[in-house]
Amino acid sequence: MEKEKSPKAKKYLNPYIGGVLLGIVLLAANFVSGRGLGASGAMKSVVVTTVQAVAPKHVENTKFYNEYEEGHSSHPMKSWLVFQVLGVLVGGFLSGTFAGRLKLKVEHSPRITSRRRLIFALLGGILFGFGSQLGRGCTSGSALSGMAVLSLGGFITMAAIFGTAYAFAYFLRKNWIQ
Amino acid sequence: MAPLVTYEVISQNTNLFLAFIIGIGFGWVLESSGFSSSRKLAGVFYGYDAVVLKVFFTAAVTAMIGLLFFSLFGWINLDLVYINPTYLTSAILGGVIMGLGFIMGGFCPGTSFCAASIGKIDAMVFMIGLFLGIFIFAEGYPVWEGIYKANFLGTPKLSESLGLSDGILAFLIIVAAAIMFWIAEWAEKKFPQPEY
Repeated sequence: MEKEKSPKAKKYLNPYIGGVLLGIVLLAANFVSGRGLGASGAMKSVVVTTVQAVAPKHVENTKFYNEYEEGHSSHPMKSWLVFQVLGVLVGGFLSGTFAGRLKLKVEHSPRITSRRRLIFALLGGILFGFGSQLGRGCTSGSALSGMAVLSLGGFITMAAIFGTAYAFAYFLRKNWIQ
Repeated sequence: MAPLVTYEVISQNTNLFLAFIIGIGFGWVLESSGFSSSRKLAGVFYGYDAVVLKVFFTAAVTAMIGLLFFSLFGWINLDLVYINPTYLTSAILGGVIMGLGFIMGGFCPGTSFCAASIGKIDAMVFMIGLFLGIFIFAEGYPVWEGIYKANFLGTPKLSESLGLSDGILAFLIIVAAAIMFWIAEWAEKKFPQPEY
């Protein structure tokens, strides 16, 4: 499968070094801002902002958005997580650029089609988006950041995410392994 | 004394600017560790590539030890650091739904942003899914509000629930992580997949 890689693509970082660096970033977030990293919260800001722009009347009459506005005094896009996620896009892009990995493509196992990969990506995203709201945060905000501050909920969510993914891995093996 | 923003060492706007800088570090580490590849991420669930487990737990342990030492040295007031609240029902159910999303979609939200930033179209589609999933949650909120708010336990730490000190729990987590890393290294040799 080497052919899929561009010849100049650099190897990935050693995972343990990557982990220590990510830990330092997470520590910095706690030290500077008293909070952990996140991702899904920024997408929630995008959803709230979009619905506000498209259907402001609907926002006034819908409980979820009302509760959101009670908890947030400033504009939904002027949030810590939105700025952090903009940073993620920049940081990922820079790393990918220097490593020679910038490429517009659908990545999938040779056993499945691009179309199947995209359908599953969409369904997986819908489930993850829904679950992140129910679970009050995703892998970053709830599981990783929660574990670092020893939050009971963080450990429970982490175990539920990974446990479920392992439990269903067998049924979805065609998508990933040969 | 930290958190810097809580002690007003830095302003709210500086805090947002630093969030951007922290995000760059976050995205950079995720991408350079290989989290921009769904096939690398999914590898942890089949044993052929355990990068997720290694990076995730090394990061959690590093930050956890850092916070405990910073607190010991009096550099940070942990009482002012956000601790995720525990709503037992939704923590489990939300996690289960996210786990299913993970194995189907091959990404979590953070890794999908990172992968989209280097041009992965599957990650961009996953992000559209995230948008829709959150929108569905918002619109149907009254239906699952009861589940969302059920079994609220406050903001307990795992150490409190187990009756251990933070230090002892941290030590046990380090031991558990070391055992998992050992299993991960074994699994990668046992269930190899061709390079991609």
